[in-house]
Amino acid sequence: MTVTEEPAVTQAPPREVGRPRRRKEDARLITGRTTWTDNMVLPGMLHLAVVRSPVAHARITGIDVSAARSAPGVVAVFTGRDFADEQGSIPCAWPVTPDMVNPGHPSIAVETVNHVGEAVAVIVARSRTAAADAVELVDVDYDLLPVVLDMEQALADGADRVHDHIGSNESYRFVFDAGEAGTGADTEQAFADAEVVVSRRFVQQRLIPAFMEPRAVVVQPQGDNYTMWSATQVPHILRLMLAMITGVPEHKLRVVAPDVGGGFGGKLQVTPEEVLSLLVARRLGKPVKWAETRSESLMSAHHGRDQIQYIDIAADREGNVKGLRCRILADMGAYLRLVSPGVPVLGAFMFAGIYKFPAYRFDCSGVFTNKTPTDAYRGAGRPEATFAVERIMDELAVELGMDPLELRRKNWIRPEEFPFTTVAGLEYDSGNYDAATQQALELIGYDELRAEQQRRREANDPVQLGIGFSTFTEMCGLAPSRVLGSLSYGAGGWEHAAIRMLPTGKVEVVTGSSPHGQGHETAWSQLVADTLGVPFEDVEVLHGDTSVAPRGLDTYGSRSLVVGGAAVVRAAEKVIAKARKVAAHLLEASEEDLDYSGGTFSVRGTPGAGVSIQEIALATFAAHNFPEGVEPSIDADATFDPVNFSFPHGTHICAMEVDTETGMVKIRKYACVDDVGTIVNPLIVEGQVHGGLAQGIAQALYEEAVYDADGNLTTGTFVDYLVPSAADLPHFDTGNTVHEAPGNPIGAKGVGEAGCIASTPAVVNAALDAVRHLGVRDIRMPLTPERVWRALHDGGDGGDRATAGTNAYGGAQTETTAGVSTPQSALGGDR
Amino acid sequence: MIPAAFEYARPTTVDEALQAIADGGEDVKILAGGQSLIPVMRLRLAAPETVVDLSRIEELRGVRDDGDALVIGAMTTHHDVLTDPLIAQHAPLIAAATETVADRQVRARGTFGGALAHADPAGDLPAVALALDAEFVIAGPGGRRTVPAADFFVDYLTTALEEGELLVEIRVPKLAGQWGMHYEKFNRVAQAWSIVAVAAVVRRDDGHIAEARIGLTNMGPTPLRARAAESALAGAEASAEAIAAAARSAAEGTSPSSDLNAQADYREHLAQVLTRRAVTAAAGL
Ligand SMILES: Cc1cc2nc3c(=O)[nH]c(=O)nc-3n(C[C@H](O)[C@H](O)[C@H](O)COP(=O)(O)OP(=O)(O)OC[C@H]3O[C@@H](n4cnc5c(N)ncnc54)[C@H](O)[C@@H]3O)c2cc1C
Repeated sequence: MTVTEEPAVTQAPPREVGRPRRRKEDARLITGRTTWTDNMVLPGMLHLAVVRSPVAHARITGIDVSAARSAPGVVAVFTGRDFADEQGSIPCAWPVTPDMVNPGHPSIAVETVNHVGEAVAVIVARSRTAAADAVELVDVDYDLLPVVLDMEQALADGADRVHDHIGSNESYRFVFDAGEAGTGADTEQAFADAEVVVSRRFVQQRLIPAFMEPRAVVVQPQGDNYTMWSATQVPHILRLMLAMITGVPEHKLRVVAPDVGGGFGGKLQVTPEEVLSLLVARRLGKPVKWAETRSESLMSAHHGRDQIQYIDIAADREGNVKGLRCRILADMGAYLRLVSPGVPVLGAFMFAGIYKFPAYRFDCSGVFTNKTPTDAYRGAGRPEATFAVERIMDELAVELGMDPLELRRKNWIRPEEFPFTTVAGLEYDSGNYDAATQQALELIGYDELRAEQQRRREANDPVQLGIGFSTFTEMCGLAPSRVLGSLSYGAGGWEHAAIRMLPTGKVEVVTGSSPHGQGHETAWSQLVADTLGVPFEDVEVLHGDTSVAPRGLDTYGSRSLVVGGAAVVRAAEKVIAKARKVAAHLLEASEEDLDYSGGTFSVRGTPGAGVSIQEIALATFAAHNFPEGVEPSIDADATFDPVNFSFPHGTHICAMEVDTETGMVKIRKYACVDDVGTIVNPLIVEGQVHGGLAQGIAQALYEEAVYDADGNLTTGTFVDYLVPSAADLPHFDTGNTVHEAPGNPIGAKGVGEAGCIASTPAVVNAALDAVRHLGVRDIRMPLTPERVWRALHDGGDGGDRATAGTNAYGGAQTETTAGVSTPQSALGGDR
Repeated sequence: MIPAAFEYARPTTVDEALQAIADGGEDVKILAGGQSLIPVMRLRLAAPETVVDLSRIEELRGVRDDGDALVIGAMTTHHDVLTDPLIAQHAPLIAAATETVADRQVRARGTFGGALAHADPAGDLPAVALALDAEFVIAGPGGRRTVPAADFFVDYLTTALEEGELLVEIRVPKLAGQWGMHYEKFNRVAQAWSIVAVAAVVRRDDGHIAEARIGLTNMGPTPLRARAAESALAGAEASAEAIAAAARSAAEGTSPSSDLNAQADYREHLAQVLTRRAVTAAAGL
């Protein structure tokens, strides 16, 4: 090791943050040259297949597994009885109220089944095919119980109950009252005094996350150690929870999330199948794999949304809002999963949106039904809140005869008022709603569209045009640990990172925020390249394996960059601080006289004397010539716990054509301007916005999980559960304003959910704007052509859809769910 | 999503195929492009004992000119139909409808014959075949027979094909005179089946509509002809008003299903709107 006279790098490399870098990880992800969990093959590995209930609610009176057990290739068949004593309950980490009722969630049903698709037996076989064949041989007798599907009926007196052993179908009632909390005025009084009150009932339909890679798990026992590979968003949480449920000590359990193909919250879970895989591997002492089919996934992976919202808004005649009152019924499904009850609570503080409501009350009941449990889905609680407030603002504008944008402007927080404490007690960090709105109006060509709308109206054109707004904000960067504690969440919200300087000067970054498609490897490399002054290519990001990245809280809630990225920056700063001591020693200078820039320490006032971080890394490795009393390492780690959330905001505008003859809606133009704080990689931000828009628009127009009267999921394949493709979506005109988030060293606010949270109400508002003059007041989501047509012709909100699956695809709706033939399982064919 | 085990035969001639079907046991399924059959097998809604794969039978592929008719081999893929010059010239309606089928990947494998033999009421090609008065050439152990489209579609997923038989080719009569054609499909996302669709074939003569043939997709368990609308159009003026009036009877005699996409009354309404649009376009208005 030598101290160079002329530092190798004289010019600082161009700043990485802000560069539209193509994602490092994409080539391998897109071409599949990587290890997805289902690709894994271990010596002697056995395959699991799950027998699922074809009925929504029943007592299991008998299970005959003898035929399955003796089928070719079958090693074992287990039922709930076999694991009753060791399976515990799927954990619920978020008891939102002290008296919340959790009925317990067995991974495999023991006495009763409570939704279609619940596991009732598990086949273990030498091949996947043998396991699939044996599923049909398990014979289960069900004693049918009344099915509870409708939340409003479920809460009525004398309603049938989902769970016999608990008193009602209500799991909890969570109330936030600004008056009582001291963050606002008395809500009842505000409504009593109001000149105008508008009340609406909105339905947030049930959605299915529909991640691209179906779930898969592999478990390998080694002595009394277990390694689990899982297509999960949350390897760290999974490890902790599995240890708590199964009694396998935490230090004997390693969880690996290899490359994971999307999650959208759908893999923020401790799934019954993960628990079962571990239990079977432990019981048999053999490696096992479970990989789901797409129809299994749609039926049994957790769903999202599903709220009925009764929203009241109070205002004066001039359009100054006076109060907001939200009564919410949130469908939990049959059980509470990891954060099921918490999803509506994540929205509880966001219903006020960007508006200065003086009074606010949120009152939510978590309700059990005989359906698949719900849990986090992209936005988790915040899309529901945003939809409610952005829809009710339009309804109020109509009532007052005001322009919807004018009404919003009148009530939103002014730029000079930041930081602003809302009626829900949150402190919004930064932003400028006027600026974003102005830019969005220009992007979409607002005046021209309004003129065309006028022309079409006057001409009574069969195709009408509407324009809809959503001026949203959301709460990102989950989360300040103390706040989570105050909301009774079972964990903190910090994130961890470590940086390891390798002898050759290359850099390993370990992040606890385990990605599943977001591009962490690229963005983290950019952050480290700038902070350490090393080339982007020299940074490798390691993640997802609890033995490599031992501490972390994973990826969800638009938290990764804001919290996890901040930890990376902090760790890099610590590396520099350690390296500074070494540099001072090598340069025989005092630490205070050193400048660090472009990856090199130089001595102020002594041109030409410098040492690079790479040289310091090698010197540290050799440790031949090291400062006295300093340990030979410049590696560092950091844990970042934010003090506040960050609050991205933006203005989304949708222009919608409605064919009044058929009810078909078609987005003509879509423009949005998002403020997500500092943009580390514009390409990734754009990609996240596009994907979010696709999902938010999909909620407005396409997606809905539909159950029939018996509790069968009739949208059991992608033929009936419509996920739009690029061909179905418009061009997006996107823009940004940048107001840095003050709460983290990067200044980023989070972008993962923005598009999904913002877009849905803009789309619905646009459709309604097109046809309101024809007498339409509301249309229920998704805005199927039939619903739009019915709303136009029969009045009402378009009503329920028929629940039968389409006859297309040869009626192939749902995989047979079990070996018993019930009317419910004999789907398809003769209808 | 793994089919139950089955025997598999891959003949190279029609005669071998008929033999393989005869030898295949109780429950034999013919495999064409597999785009409808394989999903049903993977979902285990069908578990045939034997699958006879037609993909190696060269004589079933391609389009040829047979004087007064086009002959389309049953195994001609959707993609090949779309790029065939004879079809573009004589039966552009087939190409127009085929273009709306699924996505590129499915069209690269799915076949014209498979789509017709499957007789999915939501499928786009049966109504087209019906509107074009196509004829179906069927081979069986006892030789070949020809069935007109009107008799081919019997019920939901059921055709005139008997056990042991095979659809060999489809004869599409060339149309004489000034014909216009249009396929009007109504669906929610690009790669989906029709909620309702209308195939219109219109001959114009001197400012009038001399003849109209209208095929309806997904307005009952089989594709249907909108006979009442057809007769209202015969001899009518080629005007927007006359077409609109005739289209009002488009749903007469139909029995559409009610499902997630549409309830029956809405389908009836759509049939009228789409018939008006399809006939208007086919009439060149
Ligand atoms: C995602 C997706 C979207 C689709 N969207 C559409 C759409 O929008 N519109 C549309 O019309 N179709 C659609 N399809 C279906 C597609 O057109 C299929 O290609 C078609 O239905 C079946 O053709 P195939 O060649 O794949 O037949 P296969 O699946 O191989 O066979 C279908 C049935 O026909 C029988 N059969 C096939 N060939 C013969 C023969 N020569 N003689 C006797 N019996 C035979 C088989 O035994 C089987 O029962 C879609 C399919 C998919 C997967």
